[in-house]
Amino acid sequence: MSTSISTNDAAIHGLMAEFDSAQELLDAAHKAHEAGYQKVEAYSPFPVEGLAEAIGFHKNRVPLVVLIGGLIGGISAYAMQYWVAVITYPVNVGGRPFHSWPSFIIVTFELTILFGGLASAIGMIALNGLPMPYHPVFNVAEFAKASDNKFFLVVESSDPNFDAARTHSFLSGLGPRMIAEVPS
Amino acid sequence: MATNTQIPAADRRVPVIAPGYTFSTIGEKISNIVLSRPVSLGWIVGFLIVFGMMNMLMMCLGYLFIKGTGIWGINIPIGWGFAIVNFVWWIGIGHAGTLISAILCLLRQAWRNSINRFAEAMTLFAVACAGIFPLAHTGRPWLAYWLFPYPNTMRYWPNFRSPLVWDVVAVSTYGTISLVFWFVGLIPDFATLRDKSESVWVQRIYGLLAMGWRGSARHWHRYETAYLLLAGLATPLVLSVHTVVSFDFAVGIVPGWHTTIFPPYFVAGAIYSGFAMVVCLAIPIRAIYGLKDFITERHLENAAKVMLATGLIVAYGYFMEAFMGWYSGSQFDSFLLWNRLHGPYRYVYLALLLCNIGIPQVFWLKKFRVSTFWLWIISFVVLVGMWLERFIIVVVSLSRDFLTSSWGQYYPTKWDWMTFAGTIGLFLTAMWLFVRILPMISIFEMRTLLPESHAHEPAEVKQ
Repeated sequence: MSTSISTNDAAIHGLMAEFDSAQELLDAAHKAHEAGYQKVEAYSPFPVEGLAEAIGFHKNRVPLVVLIGGLIGGISAYAMQYWVAVITYPVNVGGRPFHSWPSFIIVTFELTILFGGLASAIGMIALNGLPMPYHPVFNVAEFAKASDNKFFLVVESSDPNFDAARTHSFLSGLGPRMIAEVPS
Repeated sequence: MATNTQIPAADRRVPVIAPGYTFSTIGEKISNIVLSRPVSLGWIVGFLIVFGMMNMLMMCLGYLFIKGTGIWGINIPIGWGFAIVNFVWWIGIGHAGTLISAILCLLRQAWRNSINRFAEAMTLFAVACAGIFPLAHTGRPWLAYWLFPYPNTMRYWPNFRSPLVWDVVAVSTYGTISLVFWFVGLIPDFATLRDKSESVWVQRIYGLLAMGWRGSARHWHRYETAYLLLAGLATPLVLSVHTVVSFDFAVGIVPGWHTTIFPPYFVAGAIYSGFAMVVCLAIPIRAIYGLKDFITERHLENAAKVMLATGLIVAYGYFMEAFMGWYSGSQFDSFLLWNRLHGPYRYVYLALLLCNIGIPQVFWLKKFRVSTFWLWIISFVVLVGMWLERFIIVVVSLSRDFLTSSWGQYYPTKWDWMTFAGTIGLFLTAMWLFVRILPMISIFEMRTLLPESHAHEPAEVKQ
């Protein structure tokens, strides 16, 4: 657990602590949040319940994006069918009404699902800031285990409370396997 | 995502994952199949066979494009023939994949985690096979884009009151959403493969697909929300797709088609045949790739139970058709029933009853649910039976219309059979490649099945 601490905070992305289990990471995330760190990020190979909440992230906007996507899909599908069947290409079938709304339900439903589903995937990827092939955390060799069996907590240098020496000693108090400096 | 996965201690059933695995060994076992397992002779020989079958499909389609649909056995009155039989059969098979990935996800059935990935792959490949048939059946597939609404110089627009247009929208939405769902599920596993791989090029390919996924807690939070919403959207979607397919029939007035039982009975039949295909694929795959610890007896038994249940719904559908043939008092409906039992296609109908209703009843006995041999055989029988069901629905009804002057017979040609076999080749070729280039079991979802994946809130922060 030996790390050289550079004095220039801006030159590094933050400090990374590695943990062995989801439980240790969750506990550490809670403690970091309580200690007043705001720019904290936790990394795990699978979703850990309560971890995002522990670092102060309670609500995401994916449901809103999906709602908007679904509404756009449904409304535009119905409007398109109305426009086609009533306004631009009306076909008179034995005097039946042009605005035959029961027949329009299926396409409206399918396009609601299509747009909502696409919005959910694209919205999730975009809100996550992906694709992002480069990220400073990848500079730490041990981080390759973040998709395997190791758990990481990063306190970023942009945090107002960040101080290389103090944050380092705070992280070592959490009992990590190792602490590494994340070059920016 | 299944989070409530702990199995009660009193549960004496076979576990969904064999004991002794860690986060790391799960990842290794699944990713090694892709990254380091050598290509075996058996894989190559099998691939050549299925790839050959796929090329037969290409030749059939090539010849079809030159000569037209006259090379098939379709005629008037039986204008639909194999093309629609195979379309409905394939699209039905796809339904089990979405049921496993979406509906069982919403129901928090943790056992789905080890079979959802390849069931979703199966869905995609089955939809691809299904899509070929109506496309080719249009006769002029190079003009198939006329089915979509777009401003054109003919100033023509599709008729949105037509079930065939509904079908285009439903199936293309289904294909798209299945692909999106599958890809979203794969993102974290692409990251695992990227980090595990030792070759730079392999790292780059999986890295590109992972889009820089790094497993951040905020990302997982959004990811789980998006996945759950996708499951919530895919659930009504999958029920709607076969409903719309059944509307292709039920909205018409042909005897045997014009019934309200069609939507639920089609959906149940789709899931029935789909689970049969899942079992037919899972049994050899888990044996060849040593995945019996992940796809356990429990999965196979559950699949057998789902087949038993959906098979009974299908049986109810058959019974209702027969009952309405008598109860409606319509001479055409009662003739249809008579014709199914005594007409020229009676052997097909009897084979259908045997395959779909008779033989699968052995699943009431545990012995048959847990024996991989019998499970595989009976699943295959169900696949055949469900194909026969679509044959009966399409061909028997069309061959005996209201007027005796418009009666006819349908004889499939060699091109019909070769095209059908060719799509099986396409399906298997895609499966063959899939098991070697993508993780066929969801790595991160398997990890959540381990008890140590569940962290508990520390006492002091609970307010």
